[in-house]
Amino acid sequence: MFGFRKKKGDPDKPSAESQPAASQPSDAPSADGESPPAAPESRPGAAPAADAPEQPATSARSGLFGRMRAGLSRTRESFSRGVADVLLGEKQLDTTSLEEVETQLLLADVGVEATQQIVGGLTERLSRRELEAGRGALEALRAEMLALLQPVEQPLVIPPAPRPFVILVVGVNGAGKTTTIGKLARRYRDEGLSVMLAAGDTFRAAAVEQLQQWGERNEVPVIAQRTGADSAAVVFDALQVARSRGVDVLIADTAGRLHTQSNLMAELAKVKRVMARIDADAPHETLLVLDAGNGQNALSQARQFAEAIGVTGIALTKLDGTARGGIIFAIARALGLPVRFVGVGEGAEDLRGFSAEAYVGGLLDGFDSAA
Amino acid sequence: MFENLSERLSQSLHNLGGKGRLSEDNIQQALRDVRMALLEADVALPVVTEFVAHVRERAVGAEVTRSLTPGQVFVRIVNDELVRLLGGEQQALNLRTQPPAVIMLAGLQGAGKTTSAAKLARYLKERERKRVLLASVDVYRPAAIEQLERLAEQVGASFFPSDPAEAPAALAAAALAHGRRHYVDVVIIDTAGRLHVDASMMAEAQAVHAAVQPIETLFVVDSMTGQDAAQTARAFDAALPLTGVILTKADGDARGGAALSIRQVTGKPIKFMGMGEKVEALEPFYPDRIASRILGMGDVLSLVEEVERKADKHKADKLARKLQKGKGISLEDYRDQLNQMLEMGGVAGIMEKLPGAMQLPEAARSQVNDREIRRMIAVINSMTPGERRRPEILKASRKQRVARGCGLEVQDVNRLLKQFQQTQKMMKRVGKLNLKGMLGGGRGPLPPGIGF
Ligand SMILES: Nc1nc2c(ncn2[C@@H]2O[C@H](COP(=O)(O)OP(=O)(O)OP(=O)(O)O)[C@@H](O)[C@H]2O)c(=O)[nH]1
Ligand SMILES: Nc1nc2c(ncn2[C@@H]2O[C@H](COP(=O)(O)OP(=O)(O)OP(=O)(O)O)[C@@H](O)[C@H]2O)c(=O)[nH]1
Ligand SMILES: [Mg+2]
Ligand SMILES: [Mg+2]
Repeated sequence: MFGFRKKKGDPDKPSAESQPAASQPSDAPSADGESPPAAPESRPGAAPAADAPEQPATSARSGLFGRMRAGLSRTRESFSRGVADVLLGEKQLDTTSLEEVETQLLLADVGVEATQQIVGGLTERLSRRELEAGRGALEALRAEMLALLQPVEQPLVIPPAPRPFVILVVGVNGAGKTTTIGKLARRYRDEGLSVMLAAGDTFRAAAVEQLQQWGERNEVPVIAQRTGADSAAVVFDALQVARSRGVDVLIADTAGRLHTQSNLMAELAKVKRVMARIDADAPHETLLVLDAGNGQNALSQARQFAEAIGVTGIALTKLDGTARGGIIFAIARALGLPVRFVGVGEGAEDLRGFSAEAYVGGLLDGFDSAA
Repeated sequence: MFENLSERLSQSLHNLGGKGRLSEDNIQQALRDVRMALLEADVALPVVTEFVAHVRERAVGAEVTRSLTPGQVFVRIVNDELVRLLGGEQQALNLRTQPPAVIMLAGLQGAGKTTSAAKLARYLKERERKRVLLASVDVYRPAAIEQLERLAEQVGASFFPSDPAEAPAALAAAALAHGRRHYVDVVIIDTAGRLHVDASMMAEAQAVHAAVQPIETLFVVDSMTGQDAAQTARAFDAALPLTGVILTKADGDARGGAALSIRQVTGKPIKFMGMGEKVEALEPFYPDRIASRILGMGDVLSLVEEVERKADKHKADKLARKLQKGKGISLEDYRDQLNQMLEMGGVAGIMEKLPGAMQLPEAARSQVNDREIRRMIAVINSMTPGERRRPEILKASRKQRVARGCGLEVQDVNRLLKQFQQTQKMMKRVGKLNLKGMLGGGRGPLPPGIGF
């Protein structure tokens, strides 16, 4: 887009002629007001690079969870083969084979405690002789995993009121906040809602420009100030503009911060307070973005962000790699935070609503057909 | 979760008492503890298994000496093995080539490549007076090139304005040519984030590498990474001739097990750690620091070593025996402990090594100072041996004499006595746990009052 090429065959096609909605001066107490739309790009369009051949078309995997499964399937073989050997292959299920299941769960970053809970459930059934090797055991494992995740499968529904519905996006550095916002903007715009973005990351180099380009790509306005401005002021500004324009959904980006940095967590709390001056219930969703590649530290992230500012939902990104993000089992168990979305790529369309069934299935289904 | 592996190990190895050797049987539980600890620290499972086998091999037959508990002997073995596998010595960048030397950074999305590129530029500029050119070949991510441009301004490095319409390999070659024309010493190539399973993107990285033949090809990885670190590192190492690793975002509370996984899988040295978002937050990687962190023990281990070196073993043993018998400590014992603290570089020196201590607010840390310790020692010195053994006989007139003797006030004497009492109380409580080990290894807590 605007000179930025797609890495793979992505349905998100550039539309260089489209401009973001015209910006209006804001009545917020900030010096800069809304930034002008980025200057029209003079760069050549997105010609495919000679040295980077396009990947084979991905249309075969384009079902609702196709893309996510496609991602998961890359390694699900290793996960599945291990579990399949154990649960489908052996005549008798014993504690040694359960240890193998345990191993596979640990490899998916499920963590020691949640793994013990899942395997503990199986062990119990085993001792009550309810479990036998084969399909029954596999389904038992699936049931244990679903029991942990189904309660947190809570889609984010945008109700008809209030307006604007405000989503504040937070998370550690590089988790995928800005990209997830770009994807959300696309999703809501496609649903016919009017969307506005607030460039609340006033710290990182070119974070504002990054969000602005996502705005252009999706043809949604971006309220921004210069780098170094007060993040809370930008968000306040944006909320006022969004309100006066009758925008449906306002999504605010924030700078990445480690959950251990208490001053930066306090800054987020301030962003929330400032919003509440305009709308006592805003933000209506505080979305924590977690990188599926992270291990046990993600639990610490979720805990600390929840404590400091109150998290209402989670988006799990980068599930298109080999990381499986099993830490969400531990987070579900310890904190019960709703999981809203999963990210399965870098394109605007690479966002899915979280489905416990699809997620667990993505991990286990490798041997559905093999059975 | 537990904070401290050594505590857990002390429990597991408790029944070993203070003598004998470690054997296959008596370290079973301890090995399980190590396995758990490493998994909780995100070390990849295959690496954990291999590591535990190493430790078993080394631990079986190890002698438990008089001054160390079995737990300590074991922790030492675990730690040494960890440091060894993490790479032992710190390894610097190698830029010995016909300039400009090219450094290429690669890794997964959001790992910290662009930020690290700027940090390296600054590091080379400030420390080694190099002229550095920064170039981005990330033609995909929105504002990726602008991000590097801003950072280049910040660190005062030259910037190569990449045209995102061109192929990454061509851009890299053009940047190198530009660098050569302008007589820069180092060209740093920042690449787009990519998944190791994305064949075309990995091929692209190879093309970039081939175009500029970097002398350093660094794999940039987030220290919060979980089990995936092993697979990812293996794939990047197979695709590119990596020369080292940068471990980013180590300023948080991640245990950093990924460092061990990556090191084990690739055999490549970790050269730097990213310690913050700012461009100056780059530090050379010290294996021993990460080792203690993976084990959740701060730098307690180097403290153990220092105590071993400097502390009077005999006195420590005597004290430990006394405490185990349930006797309290005397003011003389207390004075010995205070003296030991001073010998080990004073409070500041010890604080630096304690896990978490440096995160305390400056104000809290500065309350603890060596002058206070010296005063306390002076007060004790001014007492008679009888008073030191039975401080309860210190009534008003005796206190006045003691105060005069050390040139301090009666309230200083009172404060010392109060702090001593608190310490005694605490020591009794702790003594019921595994005290011999703690004192024998010098890991006695700071006396309260001068602590916080
Ligand atoms: N493969 C893949 N990459 C993703 C996904 N989501 C985000 N990314 C990439 O991850 C990198 C970081 O994403 P950003 O959106 O910039 O992350 P951020 O949390 O806003 O980062 P900071 O603002 O710097 O803290 C970018 O290269 C994104 O393209 C995903 O679901 N899959
Ligand atoms: N706390 C902390 N943040 C860091 C560190 N290194 C990088 N970051 C932050 O991590 C985020 C991602 O860093 P980038 O340098 O953009 O990562 P990248 O690998 O270039 O990302 P892509 O190009 O999108 O793949 C940014 O918010 C950085 O400020 C570090 O050592 N500590
Ligand atoms: Mg961002
Ligand atoms: Mg980058």
